[in-house]
Amino acid sequence: MEPIIIEGTPKTPTVKFDSAEGVFEIKGRSIPENSVEFYKPLVDWLESYKESPLTKTVVNIRLEYFNTSSSKCILDVFKKLEAIHRAKNEVEVNWYYEEDDEDMLEAGEDYESIIRVPFKMIEIVE
Amino acid sequence: MSFDIENYLSDQSNGNVILFYKGNIDSNVINHVLDTVEDKMVAVNEQSKLRKKVYNVLVESLQNLYHHVDRVPADFEDQTAEKFGLLVVKKVDNGYKIVTGNFVQDDNIEKLEEKIKRINRSSHEEIKELYKFILNHQRISAKGGGGLGLVDIARKTGNKLEYSFKKYNDKYSFFYLDILVTEEN
Repeated sequence: MEPIIIEGTPKTPTVKFDSAEGVFEIKGRSIPENSVEFYKPLVDWLESYKESPLTKTVVNIRLEYFNTSSSKCILDVFKKLEAIHRAKNEVEVNWYYEEDDEDMLEAGEDYESIIRVPFKMIEIVE
Repeated sequence: MSFDIENYLSDQSNGNVILFYKGNIDSNVINHVLDTVEDKMVAVNEQSKLRKKVYNVLVESLQNLYHHVDRVPADFEDQTAEKFGLLVVKKVDNGYKIVTGNFVQDDNIEKLEEKIKRINRSSHEEIKELYKFILNHQRISAKGGGGLGLVDIARKTGNKLEYSFKKYNDKYSFFYLDILVTEEN
């Protein structure tokens, strides 16, 4: 599978999905007006990856900001990961948040409560 | 009562206005407003927790305008703005005030007001649950909104949403939303 590598912009995150490594990353700011347009290719890619995933997939989410329209798209990403996990593959989500950012921690906990995939909350200490 | 945006705003003149905008709300305007307010908060060494909350609330309020405003009334002075909105950001004693304004067709008032009232009578825990419910059950609408903006604003600020509807003509009102972002929830 071709990896997805997207450079970040002030409104969209850096993305690196590489099936050779099994470590996927979404990082930066995700506040586009049209988040579906940005996330659809990622969700489609995961749909294909789901067919023959690695035995272990690690997903690092390291967002500084995300808007509510991205929050639904990120849920769609997690739902694909949940399906991979359900098919007896190891999946782990690392949710990073800056030390004073309780809102970002709570956002991670929201997903953790909805999605049946192991989450690790990781505080970034400066 | 006559319709006058500037009068409404000068009525609540305490605090320093750090940004005032009225006109079309498009993607570039949103970028510009976000950059400007962020730079100003950094310049005065605002603590990062408050800065992030203000930024988040600004994103949601601007994108609410972007996705949901009704067309301007046919007799309104500014016909060039397809998505006419108003935004004021003010520094107040304990945080920031963000005021937005936009036209609403009278037929849409009841639904919007009901939504705000529901949020305002909910506890913080209930708002959290409401957020998760909408996140998990509601699709993104044709207009591109997720239906989460106001809920998110209330959740992040921990404050009630203040609002008013001022009659513009027989079909339209102007809706003001007044959001206080404080350091402590």
